[in-house]
Amino acid sequence: MNLRVAVTGGTSGLGRALVEILTDRGDAVAFVARRAEPVRELARLHPGAHGIVGDVSRKEEIYPIAMRVTAALGGLDVLVNNASSLGPVPLAPLADTECEELEEALATNLVGPFRLTKALLGALAAAAREGRPALVINIISDAAVHAYRGWGAYGASKAALLHMSRIWDEELHAHGIRVHTFDPGDMDTPLHALAVPDADAASLKRPAESAREIIALIDTHREVAGVLGGG
Amino acid sequence: MRPATEPRQRPPEARLLVVAPDGSLRHTARAELAVQLGAGDLLVANDAATIPASLRGVHEATGAPIEVRLAGRRSLMVHRVERFTAIVFGAGDHRIRTEDRQPPPPLRPGDDLVLGPIRAGIVRLLGHPRLVELRFHGTPDAIWSGIARHGRPIQYAHVPEPLALWDVWTKVAALPVAFEAPSAGFAVDWRLLGELRARDVGFASITLAAGISSTGDPELDARLPLDEAYHVPPTTARAVARARSLGGRVIALGTTVTRALEHAATGAGRVRAGTGVATRRIGPETPLHVVDAVVTGIHEPGDSHYELLRALAPEEVLCRAAAAAERAGYRSHEFGDSMLVERQRKPRDEGPDEPVREDVDSATARSTTWVEQLA
Repeated sequence: MNLRVAVTGGTSGLGRALVEILTDRGDAVAFVARRAEPVRELARLHPGAHGIVGDVSRKEEIYPIAMRVTAALGGLDVLVNNASSLGPVPLAPLADTECEELEEALATNLVGPFRLTKALLGALAAAAREGRPALVINIISDAAVHAYRGWGAYGASKAALLHMSRIWDEELHAHGIRVHTFDPGDMDTPLHALAVPDADAASLKRPAESAREIIALIDTHREVAGVLGGG
Repeated sequence: MRPATEPRQRPPEARLLVVAPDGSLRHTARAELAVQLGAGDLLVANDAATIPASLRGVHEATGAPIEVRLAGRRSLMVHRVERFTAIVFGAGDHRIRTEDRQPPPPLRPGDDLVLGPIRAGIVRLLGHPRLVELRFHGTPDAIWSGIARHGRPIQYAHVPEPLALWDVWTKVAALPVAFEAPSAGFAVDWRLLGELRARDVGFASITLAAGISSTGDPELDARLPLDEAYHVPPTTARAVARARSLGGRVIALGTTVTRALEHAATGAGRVRAGTGVATRRIGPETPLHVVDAVVTGIHEPGDSHYELLRALAPEEVLCRAAAAAERAGYRSHEFGDSMLVERQRKPRDEGPDEPVREDVDSATARSTTWVEQLA
């Protein structure tokens, strides 16, 4: 069973690694990112992948994105909400964080995944009814659990995403849809470089390594769905 | 009948008129739909998501403003989006009643239409000056991108506020293939799905590319519904068979579901899994092989939805139901109230004393169609 996977924040870091590995192994992939040029470039490098220009933090773009995802893939088995915003850059103490910066982090890291998941829930439910895996993976961070100074907007939004994912999973698993979180660790990505400009890149995890861990998680679900769904 | 004028899918005050198999009527809250269903029953929804199928643009040869409403496609394949059946209007928008809309400039095969970021050519006219087959230029991804950015949901004058996609996607909307919302599905939310599960009521889906519901032109309206592509998943075919074996009812959520299930019927109340194009119109003479009840909006006599209901219930019952709905202030159209029409028990079920001639006719019609189906 080839999978139909959508990845937000798909043109850099972890998202890009997911798009590349999934496309290479023959899964159908749609990826979303804000800027048109990197989307075109990645779609050109991986002709099987469908690039969608869109911003998940903007309410009016969610349904057009959802429609393009299901139109590109003919349905959906896995949604990876990976697009993330740090909040203030450089990182700032909460007391120096503008309300608008917190709102922007929440819009991208919490409300965006909520809206996109809701818009795609019908497609995921259809996959579940047909005995396919129906899975949402929300990318979180250890900053969702630990109180790191300077990571207030990001950490608070990811903590909310973590808790929302747990509630969603409670509500949806009886319908055959699972909602998981995944903490990829500190990776050598453009987002990490923005947050910690002087980090030693050699000490950081490669995004492809985290991507493989996520794909292993997806494959576990594929096997379970294959057994339970019985085709 | 007053139309519902606000795009609210599940207003708390939404009502459901239940037309029982004996023709008796009962008013209830639509939020209580699950209560009408019991263990072994199967509710089937159309899980098509709605395309923003209204595209404003220009007829290149004349420079005249036009509105194209995509209305049909022979396939559900998402990468086959070059060719559509479409209705073309002249200047104006949904706030003008379709009956009063300007015609498009004279359209000819080969004419180009510029529709925001996408272009389409007219392949041919389909027997009417405003019904065409058109072909989009570009890759499927570019066509979808253009429709997503530029298209608006098709809507009518009774809802003045511009609709967004979230207004017209049902909670089970999956594959974007419908041209107008399969609006009976607005009744479904996740709370209802949980209640069905708790009551051991099955839930399944078909996908039918619901077409346009009104063109404003009597000659064209008489041709509705246009042919509609559909898909019945194997799990749905199995669920129908299971409901049959348990003695449960199959309840179609909407006329589009009825059309798909009956087109896919193979006999003995079973349906064939797979894809097809529903071409047949369902009316008073159509024997129903699968569907025991339909949940639908409040329809006026004469439209194609109403005609479909006549396959379940005689004119007398439907007239009585319409009058009761009118008296109780039910709202019509896609955001309005609903009816649950159960297939009416035939007088012959109640004993041999009422040999009504109509029933002899419908029994004959049924056996004839049966033979045709088997042939």
